[in-house]
Amino acid sequence: MLHTVNKSPFESSSLKTCLSFAKSGSDVLLIEDGVYGGLSGSAHTSWVAEALGDVRVYALEPDLKARGLSGDRLIPGIEAVGYDGFVELACANDKIQNWL
Amino acid sequence: MKFSVMVSEGPYTHQASDSAYQFIRAALAAGHEIFRIFFYHDGVNNGTRLTTPPQDDRHIVNRWSELATEHELDLVLCVAAAQRRGIVDPDEAKRNGKDGDNIAPGFRISGLGQLIEAGIESDRLLVFGD
Repeated sequence: MLHTVNKSPFESSSLKTCLSFAKSGSDVLLIEDGVYGGLSGSAHTSWVAEALGDVRVYALEPDLKARGLSGDRLIPGIEAVGYDGFVELACANDKIQNWL
Repeated sequence: MKFSVMVSEGPYTHQASDSAYQFIRAALAAGHEIFRIFFYHDGVNNGTRLTTPPQDDRHIVNRWSELATEHELDLVLCVAAAQRRGIVDPDEAKRNGKDGDNIAPGFRISGLGQLIEAGIESDRLLVFGD
């Protein structure tokens, strides 16, 4: 299953809720302000990093760039992908949950 | 693969219209089919042709209309959401005694059944909102 999260963890609990519901082996894609949840060195980094063993986490690169960020600011293990990668994730997972 | 997309946020609000547009462009570029784009709640504001953004800003409404023409997309506005927000096609304008319509080219007004059908007919349904 693919989960997308579009809110910063500084603004909303949706990433935390998503990671608590996501089953092992799920994909989680951070988009829009959700990309802030993938940053290393933030107040939220530790619990996001803890989830990385169970789920794969991706961040949408154009949304990182739009916020002056880049893939090297991400927690190790989180992969930056483009919209083509978003489409591939949507194809690879038979169900999609968009957390709003 | 067959995709449908629901947009539930207005243009120029946060980012949902842009994210949905970019995703759809990427899906079409990869050879996938877009069965329908359903605009619900404030998302119906994506379909008024009276929208006039500054010239140096992206024109979100025209961008949808152009994409629909280019790829023969089905852009549907929820009728109840549209009526609440003053978005009407010629038929709805006449039925409700309005002095004009404002639906943008390439859009049509219909009901929630179109969203249900999109969910049934498509392999994947994505929601972009706020």
